[in-house]
Order: sequence, then structure tokens, then C-alpha cells
Amino acid sequence: MSEPNLNPAYTLDQAIANLQQTEDASARYYAAWWIGRFRAAQPETIAALLVALEDETDRSPDGGYPLRRNAAKALGKLGDRQVVPALIKALECEDYYVRESAAQALEGLGDARAMAPLMAKLTGGLAAAQLVEGKPHLAQPYEAIIEALGTLQAVESIGLIEPFLEHFSPKVQYAAARALFQLTGDNRYGDLLITALGGTDLQLRRSAMMDLGATGYLPGAQAIAKAFAENSLKLIALRDLWATHRQRQASSESKALSPASRQILELMDSLL
Amino acid sequence: MEGNSVVTPEIERLIQAVETADSAAKLVGAVRALAATRSPLAVPQLTTVLRYNNPGAAVAAVDGLIQIGDAAMTHLLANMDGYNYGARAWATRACAGIGDPRALALLQEAALTDFALSVRRAAAKGLGFLRWQSLPQEEQETVQKAIYDTLIQVCEDPEWVVRYGAIAGLENLAKQAQHYRQPLKDFLQSFVEQEPEAIVGERILWTLENIGPI
Repeated sequence: MSEPNLNPAYTLDQAIANLQQTEDASARYYAAWWIGRFRAAQPETIAALLVALEDETDRSPDGGYPLRRNAAKALGKLGDRQVVPALIKALECEDYYVRESAAQALEGLGDARAMAPLMAKLTGGLAAAQLVEGKPHLAQPYEAIIEALGTLQAVESIGLIEPFLEHFSPKVQYAAARALFQLTGDNRYGDLLITALGGTDLQLRRSAMMDLGATGYLPGAQAIAKAFAENSLKLIALRDLWATHRQRQASSESKALSPASRQILELMDSLL
Repeated sequence: MEGNSVVTPEIERLIQAVETADSAAKLVGAVRALAATRSPLAVPQLTTVLRYNNPGAAVAAVDGLIQIGDAAMTHLLANMDGYNYGARAWATRACAGIGDPRALALLQEAALTDFALSVRRAAAKGLGFLRWQSLPQEEQETVQKAIYDTLIQVCEDPEWVVRYGAIAGLENLAKQAQHYRQPLKDFLQSFVEQEPEAIVGERILWTLENIGPI
């Protein structure tokens, strides 16, 4: 099945050329996004993205590095683990959003070398996890860091993550519950996310729903189907929940669908 | 129209509550109350709500129209051209849920060409659940074939959830019209090999289980 090409006139060669030049910042920024979107993994694109990840020319008014953000995101999608050390270095960038993109990319690449540097970002615990004065964000991209540690199965980080269940930001709490479920399999954490689905804020319900999907916690399926949110998102969350659940089951020889699969598909059918 | 042919005072009051709601939350509540009457008399007001830019109210109105069913169809179809894009998308979802075969052409077009994947998804499922059994015998096969051919085409949609909707629709068609079981089985057994999204692959396996050995 072909991906929809959003800009059919745009080719891979053009994306590479645009990424390698430095005169037109917006063409470069778009090229980095395009390469990630279409997962164009090859030596030239990876080399150009690594250069872009250290770019000094494209600066936003608040001092950020927009091109680095897109480069990190794209590198997370190309599946080439050679870039892990560069992304670990990007975790130290002064731009919060570069650090966030790097943490997400490291989650996507699934390389254990990222565990220790990500855990280091949680030292200082809740006391350090405060809003930065004059900025709309926390000191570190805690959601992305905690979610990455859960996905990477960084069992050593359990003690570091636990305090974040009490963080003042509900989204950080949900990220902690999600990761702790992934790391411990303790239903308590899945149930925390189910409870969050009953909250009054739609944005937060959406967020808890996607986190529940990532846990693969089966009792969450019914809760997702019933939650007060749009069906499009519920379907995505149920797909994720099914995929995660299935990944965790030992592959069985039987060709028949499992009862869990049937239950989830039935719920999805009801949301079409 | 079924039910009362005059607007009863109670429904009149509920319609007024929708017209005069002065906040988004009140509007959603008023639409829910009107929808709960399941009265065909509520149809014009419920379809008017689809034009407001209020997703909560539109969801409640669509649910209400689906409950009212065939009695809502004439009004929905007659007013379709006058709707803006958003209202048309909601009205299409209502038609997809009602299952009246008069919506065939509308749902075919929506499933294949609508800009919003949620509309394509709902239209695809709706096609498979059209109640062609209510048509005269001689028209049934034409409608079944139109549904089958359209949904096979929808299986090429770039969005997984639209393909998922098409599979669910095809399954229901083949359950109701048995002579589509073998062609559908043949199609799905080869289609599953090229399906990149695991959940759609699982949905296909479930359909193959559900339509059983021929």
C-alpha cells in the first residue's frame, strides 16, 4: 500500500539537497520533516540529519533550534541505531524542545544505551521538576523521558519514576503510571489511568486514553470504548492496546483469535 | 411519518430549549433531551443542530437521528445540498448509522472521496449495514453488488481505520448475502498478505472466522 504523498512534486533527491544546503532555513526544516515522515532511511539522509542536529544557523526568536527538533524527530523514525550517541548528546541541548524530541526519538529507536542518560534527567525528583520561569514548560521534558524509560524496559528506573505519580501536572502523572505499568505489570497503575478517563478535562482524558493504549492493560479496553471522547481517538487507543497486549503474549501456535482479540475488535466495531 | 402528526407541547418545549440554549454545555443537554424523545417531530431541529459548530451537540443529534431511523431519512437527504461541509459530514454519519438503502449513492461517494477519514470510515461501515432486504427482490442484487464493489475499492484507502471499516462492512454484507462469502474469502485471503497494519490483519482473520467454511 503506498503512502499518500503530500507533495507529489517533491522527491527524495530534492529533500536531500534541501537538507544539505544552508541558505533557505524553511526548505531545510521541511526536508528534515519529510525524510522522517516518509522514513527515507539511507546513508545520505542520516548523515545530513546528523549535521542538522548540530545546526547553529536556524534560530527561533526565543533562542530555540527548530531544525534540530525536526532532525531529532526524523532520526527517531529511521530505525538506524548508529545515531543513538548523537541523540544522547542532544538530550543536553539548551532548547527544551530539542531535548523532548531527542527523548522521543530514543524511545522510538529502542536502544538500551539511552537508559542511563534518560534516568540522569530524573535526578532531583519532584523538587527539580518545576516550571521554568517565563516558559510554558517544565525544567525537563518529563513526559517524554518517563515514557521512553517505560518503553525501553528500564527496570532500574522504577524508583526514580514513582515520585512522579504525585507531580502537579496530570500528564506527567499519567506518563508515570504508563511507564510503571510497563515496568512492573502491576494493575494498580493501569487502574490509575482508567480512573483518569473519567476526568472533566477533554485534553486530559485524551492523554490518559493514549497512555492506556500504550500499556496494553486489557481492562482498559472497555474503559476506552466508554470514555467521553471522539471515536477516532478511541479507535487508535484500542489498536495500540491490542498491539501492546499481543506483543507481550508468547506467540501461540493456534491460528484462532484469542478471546482478548475478539473482545477488542468487537469494541472497535462498535465505534466505527 | 410515524408517531404524532402534531407537535406535542412537550416536544415543542424541548425544541425551544435547543433554540434558546445560550451556552455550549446547555446546548448539548438540550439536544440530548430532544433526541431522547425519538420522535420524528424532532428531526428538523436535530438536523439544524448539525450546522452549529459544536461537536458535542452534533454527536448527540446524530445519535438521536440514528435512533429515529428511516423516518429521519427523507429530511436528511432533502437537505443535504444545503449543508456546509461540517454539517454534511455529520449528516453522512447519521445516514451511515440509519441503514436506509436510499442513502446508497451518498455513502458510496462519502466512503470513496470524503476529505475526513472519520466520514470515510463511518460511510464504509454504513454501506455494509444498509438494509437492502427492505427493497423489492429485483433491486436487491444490484444494491448488494454496488456495496461489495465499493467496499473492495475502499480497501485501498491509505488510512488503516477506513480499511478496517470496509472489512467490517464487507463481513456484514457476506453474512446477509451468502453468495458473497466465497468471493470475499478469496479476496481477503490475498489482501491480508499486503495489509501493513496488524490490527486490520487481525480484523480480516476475524471475518474469515465469522463467515465460516463455505
